[in-house]
Amino acid sequence: MEKILVGLKRVVDFNVRVRVKSDGSGVETDGVKMSINPFDEIALEEALRIRERGKASEIIAVSIGGSDAQQQLRTGLAMGADRAILVTTESPVDQLTIARIFLALVHREKPDLVLLGKQAIDNDNNQTGQMLATLWDRPQATFASKLELDGNTARVTREVDAGLETIEIDLPAVVTTDLRLNEPRYVKLPDIMKAKKKPLDQLSLSELGVEPSRGLTEVSYEAPPQRSKGVRVEDVAGLVAALGARGLV
Amino acid sequence: MSRILVVAEHDGASINPSTAKCVACAGSLPDADIHVVVFSDNAESLSAAASRLASVSTVLQVDHPANQHLLAAVIAPQVAALADGYTHIFGPSTTFGKDLMPRVAALLEVNQISDVMSVEGSHRFKRPVYAGNAILTVEAPSDRPVVATVRTASWQAVSNDNDATVEKISVDASLPDHTRFVELKTGKSDRPDLQTASTVVSGGRALGSAEKFDIIYKLADALGAAVGASRAAVDAGYVPNEMQVGQTGKIIAPELYIAVGISGAIQHLTGIKDAGTIVAINKDADAPIFEIADIGLVGDLFTIVPELAEALRK
Repeated sequence: MEKILVGLKRVVDFNVRVRVKSDGSGVETDGVKMSINPFDEIALEEALRIRERGKASEIIAVSIGGSDAQQQLRTGLAMGADRAILVTTESPVDQLTIARIFLALVHREKPDLVLLGKQAIDNDNNQTGQMLATLWDRPQATFASKLELDGNTARVTREVDAGLETIEIDLPAVVTTDLRLNEPRYVKLPDIMKAKKKPLDQLSLSELGVEPSRGLTEVSYEAPPQRSKGVRVEDVAGLVAALGARGLV
Repeated sequence: MSRILVVAEHDGASINPSTAKCVACAGSLPDADIHVVVFSDNAESLSAAASRLASVSTVLQVDHPANQHLLAAVIAPQVAALADGYTHIFGPSTTFGKDLMPRVAALLEVNQISDVMSVEGSHRFKRPVYAGNAILTVEAPSDRPVVATVRTASWQAVSNDNDATVEKISVDASLPDHTRFVELKTGKSDRPDLQTASTVVSGGRALGSAEKFDIIYKLADALGAAVGASRAAVDAGYVPNEMQVGQTGKIIAPELYIAVGISGAIQHLTGIKDAGTIVAINKDADAPIFEIADIGLVGDLFTIVPELAEALRK
């Protein structure tokens, strides 16, 4: 195959303990560490491995957002993506618009495979891949834990509630990644230097011909209810007694 | 008036309990008329089961050979074709619903509301974001259908004492053949289902091996409980992936959850926040699991767990 398109979203790092702003307008992001969405990192790693097996020639990393998302694209280039595209937006765009942006890029770049994380760990929406596949009128394989390419088809093992489901899909297609697909590589310093020379193009929504749609209105954010502090018991007898007191055994 | 279409989840033999939870969510919309649609290659007994779900007025039965494996790409155009006249279209926030519903939303050109945990109005909902560390209230446009997945751990299943009308219908939609089912590998178990069990015992990395994980099964059997695991235990290969509890595994709400040798990473805690009582057994007194546990016991799990199983069997 020729090209693989990979999405890299800039999100609050997964190790950060997220706090809701006191005015309920969102969560604190000032001075907070930002990273590539971990599922997207797995998507890029999978693309790199496909290229290393000689089954793809070019990997394009895509992000959507403000100019600070260049950081995550540079990291993606350092990991090994060949070039990057930042679709610049002034304000956050809704899920359907994100899918339409990817569709516009798909029409421009004509990839054989689009690899995306199954969800972003900020809004936890889990929609973009499915929506893109639908608008593109192509197959999707979500929650992939194994991906085997064979000519014009792919066999994908999916992590589903009942166990592991395998499906066969025609290419081009959208595959979204689950945690056990691979373990992403670490970036080495020389690669960071090399990545600075790789092309990173910027495109606006109007250049792509995408009109943002009317999304969902975010009314307010609040902190989740906290569980009250529990009790410590000393031994198994104490545990059984505590369970008994709650009517659980 | 709210007219809601709930897409039933099933495995070909029985309706998944997630469906009864979607119906419960649908029932909390104002002035709700709830329809359930069952897609199958042989839906007769499935639609009969769906018709018993309380507060459902009509079950739509769609039989088609292509519906055997409930592939999202095949089911979505049929749901979209039925969408006319409904104010809301709901599916469960299980891997089935997460795969399917965004396709329905895209076909209807709306955004999906993921993981509805409460209904605040006909078009206003609460949902968790940032792995449950924040709750977001969202409002959908009132002139468009609402497509949503329902966070099953937030809802109590409706009862099974109804007798709704079953209508056999055929849907006019062109179905793709670009996606083909190959196989489903599932760990057969006689134990209760992890997602619906009232008691769950989970083991973590501290168990050390698949063989040693056996004490978790023994404790679960003493309690009649389902068995779960942390991501670390799954990644280490002690148990299969379908047993993973957490943000990226199963989000559950049992009455009693016993976490054994699980330190309590944020992504695991996300999966158990709605449990009634959380018990933590861990040798590390500072493990984060103790911050949310209702009952904590510090000590060696290899001593405590067999002793507890023995005590409970008496």
